Amino acid sequence: MSKFSGLGGRLYRGETSVNFIGRRRRWYALSGFFVLLSIGALAVQGLQLGIEFKGGSSFTVNTSNPSISLARDAVEEAGVTSDPIVQLVGTDKVRVQTQALDPAFNNAVQDALAAKFSVSAADIDTQIIGPSWGKEITRKALYGLFGFLFVVMIYLTMALEPKMAFSAIVAVVHDVFITVGIYALVGFDVTPATIIGFLTILGYSLYDTVVVFDRVRDNTKAISAASTKTYSQAVNLAVNQTIVRSANTSIVAILPVAAILFVGAGLLGAGTLKDLSLALFIGLIVGTYSSIFIAPSVLAQLREKEPAMQALAKRVAARTSTPASGSSAVVSSVAVANGRGPRNQPKRKGRK
Amino acid sequence: MSTTTKPIKTSSRPGRSLTILGLILVSLVGLVFLQDTKSLQLGLDLRGGTSVTLQPRIAPGEEGSVTSEAIDQAVSIIRQRVDSLGVVEAEVTSQGTGTSRQIVISVPGDTGRRVVDLVGQTAELRFRQVLASGSGFPATADAAATPAAGVSAELNAKFAALDCTKPESLQGTSSDLPSETLVTCDRAGGAKYILAPAEVLGRQISSAAAGLDTQAGSAWFVSLEFDNEGTSAFGALTARVTSLPEPTNQVAIVLDGLVVSAPRITEAIPSGNAQITGSFSQLEAQDLANVLKYGALPLAFDRGEVQQVSPTLGADQLNAGVLAAGLGMLLVVIFTLLYYRALGFVTVASLGVAAIMLYTLILLMGQWIGFTLTLAGIAGAITAIGVTADSFIVYFERVKDEMREGRSLRTAAETGWLRARRTILIADFVSIIAAVLLYIFSVGGVRGFAFTLGLTTLIDLIIIFLFTKPALVLISRSKFFNSGHPLSGFSPKSLGLVIAKES
Repeated sequence: MSKFSGLGGRLYRGETSVNFIGRRRRWYALSGFFVLLSIGALAVQGLQLGIEFKGGSSFTVNTSNPSISLARDAVEEAGVTSDPIVQLVGTDKVRVQTQALDPAFNNAVQDALAAKFSVSAADIDTQIIGPSWGKEITRKALYGLFGFLFVVMIYLTMALEPKMAFSAIVAVVHDVFITVGIYALVGFDVTPATIIGFLTILGYSLYDTVVVFDRVRDNTKAISAASTKTYSQAVNLAVNQTIVRSANTSIVAILPVAAILFVGAGLLGAGTLKDLSLALFIGLIVGTYSSIFIAPSVLAQLREKEPAMQALAKRVAARTSTPASGSSAVVSSVAVANGRGPRNQPKRKGRK
Repeated sequence: MSTTTKPIKTSSRPGRSLTILGLILVSLVGLVFLQDTKSLQLGLDLRGGTSVTLQPRIAPGEEGSVTSEAIDQAVSIIRQRVDSLGVVEAEVTSQGTGTSRQIVISVPGDTGRRVVDLVGQTAELRFRQVLASGSGFPATADAAATPAAGVSAELNAKFAALDCTKPESLQGTSSDLPSETLVTCDRAGGAKYILAPAEVLGRQISSAAAGLDTQAGSAWFVSLEFDNEGTSAFGALTARVTSLPEPTNQVAIVLDGLVVSAPRITEAIPSGNAQITGSFSQLEAQDLANVLKYGALPLAFDRGEVQQVSPTLGADQLNAGVLAAGLGMLLVVIFTLLYYRALGFVTVASLGVAAIMLYTLILLMGQWIGFTLTLAGIAGAITAIGVTADSFIVYFERVKDEMREGRSLRTAAETGWLRARRTILIADFVSIIAAVLLYIFSVGGVRGFAFTLGLTTLIDLIIIFLFTKPALVLISRSKFFNSGHPLSGFSPKSLGLVIAKES
């Protein structure tokens, strides 16, 4: 741990510096690959939608002697013609899933199951989803998604900078895309709880990015023609300075989510807890990646297009007689050349 | 270069902040005792029960669109129906915004199915003259060949083909337009009818009550009283049909498209009173009377989602939620203590205060706005541990940065705060935006997730301003922390300053 803390100090002063921004092509390629893979998986396999989206009924009987054949008999007796999916859950539950049924049939199946397993109807966990329900929640989720992106874009434009807002949104869309892609690829069930998980990732990933960007803004507040660093280098320093925080935050965020996932998947088998935490778990990992590798890179690239920043880059290049956005060695040497003081960058008035 | 000599104004008064926080906590706990809220309001998924989400739509054949007023009206009618059943703690709410709202009915315990079946009924009552009737089975060829008088061949064929033994024939409501002829079954599926356009409507009923006909043993019936308009229409209908031949002297009482009963009219009834008889049980008669009394729903509803949770599953889910919360908290505590050493105790204490505040607020919210804690809500609170702990991390890392510039812990606790505060405010605000929008755009149990996520983020802001920061300022005055003790989390080594001197 202490070694790690020491690393924090070196990262802070820019002695140890990972050139995140300079290697952006590599991260873009990596992300591009995953995004393409996600699109491919979505197109070929599609998402494994839960009954909440397709419509259907699910009955779970709590009984000491669960039996698949008994459950099948009960469904047949109730007059359901379509073939139900019957499975054992744990050692004391049997679950029957059918296509969307009319209310009368649902009651019939429930009664038949209760009679077969000699339990009361209230002891059967039931979930009945109408056929049009999926459309309704999908519509709401989409409204939520676009509403969120829109509001956050405006807020971050005001609180930070327009280009930061844009870069943050790019990173967030990237996160959701890859997370959904993983769901398609692996074939995890998508339920309304999963959707909520996806939407929460938006907030979380942005939260993470905001912390990095706030530091970027600090570092570049006083950037001017006389600065010794290009915009990209200043962004890179900010990412390095916040990386210890990013790592800690991600660990602290993932630990409780992992606890929910462990309890939800391990003890309950399935349901809200598992669906929610699985989406969060995957999304948090992708979100941490994007807030370090993607969002700052996009921001740096956008800002470097500005004439003032290009002129600065040229001047810095002339001063150090090496290419501006070069290798990591260049960045470190710049940092060392400018002495130990870490905030030499924005605080020029201190340099007397 | 160095900024160490810059004088920093230490105007903060940690004692005052901590006192304010103490007052908030004491008043929250005081309110809990004052209002006598001792137990959490648990959602149905944690204690067992039935919940139904109804999706409003326009009844077939009706014009116009779903209006906000119609939904409000439907909510209050459904609420009256539920209340009339005497089910304790049943809840009827509408969720969402404007016209895209759903109506959610939650009933604890095991009375769920009866309530669900009842409250979702449109309860459109109509009186129609019977044109033809038959047994519930599909007609044989010769029966189909004898069309009833005054009925089109098309309707007659439909009538002949109708099989009342199939459950889908007993759904009702599908095509019950008052101005058109109706082909339908009775509720038990034993008979089918061709019915003339409706002449008396449910809204012309002024009151309804269940009664017991003692002469006929235990036959329950529902007695109706019409308003003026209904009285004259019903009088005219009965007067016209009494002299007609079988079965056209029967008047069918149709509820939601299915025939409840079709009594033979032996004399004109001008009094404005009528009785619906059938093979009702006491419960059925009372339910029907209640439904009729509170009127028909202004909208039709699709059952979006019906969820029945047994008490067993409810208990399991509650245990799992509590276990996950405990485990999540424990993992975070272990991590922060390992990484931040003694400083980690500030985090642990902050999380502890946050947990107390969240618990009391959830207790009070249950009392004030009927907030119920669901499994998703617990998950939201656990997830928010991350957001809360992160504020501390942002702050502590900032303080360390300031110390790397050569400031003392005492000064760094103040200067680091100025910078960290902004970051925390912006980041938490994004989290709150997310929670609010999730709350608006989600349906059912998952809304609880957004609620606790938002609530916890707000608590985080209170805690970091009124507890964590003042606490750090206080301990920064102690020798243990200020001298950079190896276990304090602020040792030169853990800041990386030792290496800096060597190089």
